[in-house]
Order: sequence, then structure tokens, then C-alpha cells
Amino acid sequence: MELLFAIAIGALTTSGVYLLLRARTFPVVMGLTLLSYGVNLFLFASGRLATGQQPVIGTTASYSDPLPQALVLTAIVIGFAMTAFLVVLSLRNLADNENDHVDGRREATTSPSKIEQEVSSK
Amino acid sequence: MTHWLIAPILIPLLGGILQVFMGYAPISLRRTLAIATTVLMLVSAVVLLALASDGSYRVYAFGNWQPPFGIVLVLDRLAALMLVLTAVLGLFCHIYASGGADEGNRQFHALFLFQLMGLNIAFLTGDLFNLFVAFEVLLIASYGLLMHGGGTSRTVPGLHYVVLNLAGSALFLISVGMIYSVTGTLNMADLAVKIPQVTGSNLNLVKAGGMMLLVVFGLKAAILPLCFWLPKAYARATAPVAALFAVMTKVGIYAIVRIYPLIFGDNAGELANLGMDWLFPLALVTLSMGVIGALGADNLKTLVAWQVIISVGTLLAPISLGSEDGLSAALFYLVSTTWTVAALFLVAELVASQRGTAADKIVTAPKIPHRTFLSVLFLIGAVSASGLPPLSGFFGKLLILKSVEPGVEMAWLWGVLLVGGFLTLIAYSRAGSIVFWWNVDGHLETPEPMNNRVAVSTGILTCLTMLIVVLAGPLSDFTRATAEQLHDSQGYINILKTPMHTPQNPLVEEIN
Repeated sequence: MELLFAIAIGALTTSGVYLLLRARTFPVVMGLTLLSYGVNLFLFASGRLATGQQPVIGTTASYSDPLPQALVLTAIVIGFAMTAFLVVLSLRNLADNENDHVDGRREATTSPSKIEQEVSSK
Repeated sequence: MTHWLIAPILIPLLGGILQVFMGYAPISLRRTLAIATTVLMLVSAVVLLALASDGSYRVYAFGNWQPPFGIVLVLDRLAALMLVLTAVLGLFCHIYASGGADEGNRQFHALFLFQLMGLNIAFLTGDLFNLFVAFEVLLIASYGLLMHGGGTSRTVPGLHYVVLNLAGSALFLISVGMIYSVTGTLNMADLAVKIPQVTGSNLNLVKAGGMMLLVVFGLKAAILPLCFWLPKAYARATAPVAALFAVMTKVGIYAIVRIYPLIFGDNAGELANLGMDWLFPLALVTLSMGVIGALGADNLKTLVAWQVIISVGTLLAPISLGSEDGLSAALFYLVSTTWTVAALFLVAELVASQRGTAADKIVTAPKIPHRTFLSVLFLIGAVSASGLPPLSGFFGKLLILKSVEPGVEMAWLWGVLLVGGFLTLIAYSRAGSIVFWWNVDGHLETPEPMNNRVAVSTGILTCLTMLIVVLAGPLSDFTRATAEQLHDSQGYINILKTPMHTPQNPLVEEIN
């Protein structure tokens, strides 16, 4: 279970960081989402992995740590709100710059007005 | 347990919630209530400063849970100093904003108050995870404020700011998870007890966690490899927002000062003074980078934004050397530089509003209205920022220079700080002489009239540097006492023994 868990966190974080470094806002949003999934799993694992244990003292012989679960819950809520804000901001960037490049660059070949001109001239 | 501790959090929270529901009320009513809230917050911060100046720790335990089991607020001298610093700054920025900058967005005052609340939580909290939550509260409000006023020029720097801070939050959570997995606690006092006991392979986990935490705080404080988002974002924000953000980088510095001497201090065994060897050269390089940026700035706001980075470098260099004198000097300079930089942002905006299309670009333009008033304010700000006598920036830098012991570090710090100060002076003189003195013939297209609120708040905030000079004695006594308190980590650890008032619960007795 530990191996599977570690591989899952690693894969999520790697893909998250890779996508975060892309030049378009959509992959960046996806990357941050994956990164936050990886981070949430990591936080969850900081209370040690176990199955069938309750987070209540005294009900079973051994119990699992309830605090990381509370931390993860907080992190999920915050991450969700931040992602929502980032999506709106990316849409705003798209509207302002007619392009979803993270630096707001306009590339001559992909500018919609030029394509329209070419189409109309044909 | 005194309930006053939660006042600086509750006041802006309630005021902010009120503003959310008052979006359609007349703007004068909203402004009055919002400024009244900030004034109340300032009063509560001053009360806490008076409470904290006796040198004892005060604890407020949420839900009356004995620390380390619950979240606690801890008031000490450092927290009180930061609260008052922020409340004063917040008040003047708020008055400036009510001069017209708050129009166009119904939620401006709510966001502004939530931002202040986030800052206050960060200063008061005694729990590492709660610090993360405080960062998120102040960040999400700052995202909204940064975009305030619209304009396409703000979208891209805003996007960079948000993405960087989200990545920073992810790192923060990872480091919190690492530290928790070894120590089983997130209460700062308890961490200070548990971390020296860590041994074996766990040591590396905590070390990695601690270093990653330093990266996160470095991102907030804008230390060199992580500072390039700052100038564009700050230079394009609305003036009162940029001025309030002058304290945002100081939150990163506050977190370093709070956590590293306490948790990774001299008593931390193998983890003692973690990361501080890295911080000193980085601080000096940050300072140099800020100076280069200031020399290359083509408009006033960018110049001031680079000044933020210069002050971060200046503050972190003595802090990373770990001496009590250095910490005390840095805290003195922190008060001075935060208010000065904020005032310069406001002055730059006022100049821009008077110059028509030339705005705040460092180019020649026709003579501006109110030239004497604005140029005197700019002069005061520039003199204080570049560290010339007789204003407070000079005393701050002097204390920092005096605090280093002779050696290699002293040579580096003196060299970089003095040459940097001289070059900053050149940057300001160039900007000031071009903007105010090199007038060309012609007239400006209808400069905006300057209203009283804007002029008065900028004037008073600028003149606070003189107030610091007048009160330099008491202030430096206070920062010295603060540094002593921070270096005596046993005092902070003792909050774990705070007796909790447990009311008699009839139900519990029945069960027993």
C-alpha cells in the first residue's frame, strides 16, 4: 500500500509540475489542480497509512490520527476556492489579451483577426 | 486568558461582513463604516501593544483547549508591534482609498478589511497550520485587491502572482506535512520542544521540511530568485493597495523571525540555525538586485516597487546573522521602511494623477499643479528610503551597520548596504529632478483635482518617518526588548503550561 500511495503522489506531483510550467493558462490550471491532489494525499499520509482504524481513542485497540484528516479537509476547501478564482482570472486573461498565453503574448500566426483576414481574402 | 487578543481579528471580520451586505448602500456610508472599523482595529492593536509591553506572553485558546491540543493565539511584543504597524498603515491607506480609489468595485472595503484580518491572524497565531490558513486568507483578499480598478495591464501580473502563490501554498502544505509526520504537533511552542529531540533518519525529514518552509517564506518576502513577480504586480496595483502590500513582504519576514529563532534556534541540536547560512548571501544579492532594478526603473511606481525588494534584503541580512542586536535593528528598520515605502507609493500615485498622460513615467513634462507639496513629500520619502540623515531610514540602517560584529560578514554587509544606499540615492535624485524640476513649456490636460482625504493621508503617512525619529529612543528600547524576548525561546515554550480555566460542567460530574 505504501508503494502504491507513494507512486500515486509522485505521479500526481510530477505531472502537476510539468503542466504548471506550460505556457498556456489551461494546462497551468490543470497542473495546479493535480499538484494540490498530490499535496492532499501527502498530508493525509503524514498521519501514517492504516486500514480499518477509527480516528477515535478507545473504540479499537489502535487508532488513526484524526488531525491530518482535518488538515486535508481545510486544504481541499482552500484549494477549491483558489482554483475557482484562478479559472476566472484565466478567462479574464483570455478576454483581455485574445490569447491564453500566461505572459499575455500575442503570436502573429494564431491571432484570430489574421486568420479571418486570410479566410476573407481567399 | 484575556479576550482582547481576538479583537484585531474579530473587528475587521465583522466590519468586512457588514460591507459585503452593504454593497448597494450609499458610498459615503460604506466609507464611514469601513474607516470606523479600521480605527477600532487600531485602538485594539494599541491596547494589545500596551498589554504586551510588560514582556509576558498572553495566550488565547480557541474552544478553551489546553495548548498544544487546540489552536492558540499568542500575543508577545513582536506580534503587538506588527499589529500596530499594520493597523496604522491600514488606516492611512483606507483614508486614501476613500478619496476615490474605492469606486468601481462594491466589495473594495470588504476585501480591504479581510486583508487586514488575514494579516492580523498571521501575526497572532501560535500554530503552524493556522499560519497557513492566515496566509491563504490574506492572499485571497490580496488577489481581489490586486485586480481592483480593472485595466488589462493588471491581468497578466495578477495571474503570475496568483499562480506563484498557489505553488507556494502547495510547498507550505508539503513542509507542514513533513514536520507533522515526525513531530506529531503543529503548535509552535510544542514544535520548539519536540524538534531538538528528533534523531536519526527523521532528522533529514524535518530538515527538508524546514528548508521548504524557508522557501515559502522567501517567496512571500520576495527574496532574490523568487522576487521577479513583485515589481510588475505592485507597480500596476491601485496606490492604496500597493501601499498596503508594503506590509505583505514583511509577513514573510515576520514568519522567518517568528519560527526560525524559536523552532530552529540555538537550542535545536543538530538542526540549529537551519538555513541561515543560505539566507545571508541571498539577502545581500536581493539588496543588490533591488538597487539595480531601482536604477533601471522607468516610472515612479516601479522605482518604489524595487525599493520594497531593497528593504527586504536590508532586513534579512542582519536577521540571518542571528544576533540579538541585529534582530533589534532589523525590527526598527522594518517599522521605518514599511511606512516610508507605503507613503512613496501614495506620493507616486498623486504625482501621476497631476501629470496627465505623462502619469508617473520618469520623463519631462509641463509644470504640475501642487508641485511644492508633492515634491517635498517625495523628498522626505526618498531621503528616508535611501537612508540619509536626519530621517528614520538613516537610524535604521545605522543600527543595522552597528549590529554586525567585525569579520567577513561585516565587510560584505557594510559594503553592499552603503554602496546600495548611495546608488538608491542616485535613482531617487534622477527620478525627482526629472519629474519635478525639468519642466518643459506647455500645459497639462486637465489634471485631476486633489481632494483633502488623499492629500492629508499621504502627508501624514510620509511624516510618520519624522515621528519615528522623535520616538527613536522608546522604539529602539522596545525592539531591543522584542529581540531579547524572541531569543529566549523558553518563555514561548512556557505557554504550554498556561493554566486553563475549566468551568464546572454538571453533565461531566453526573457521568463520573
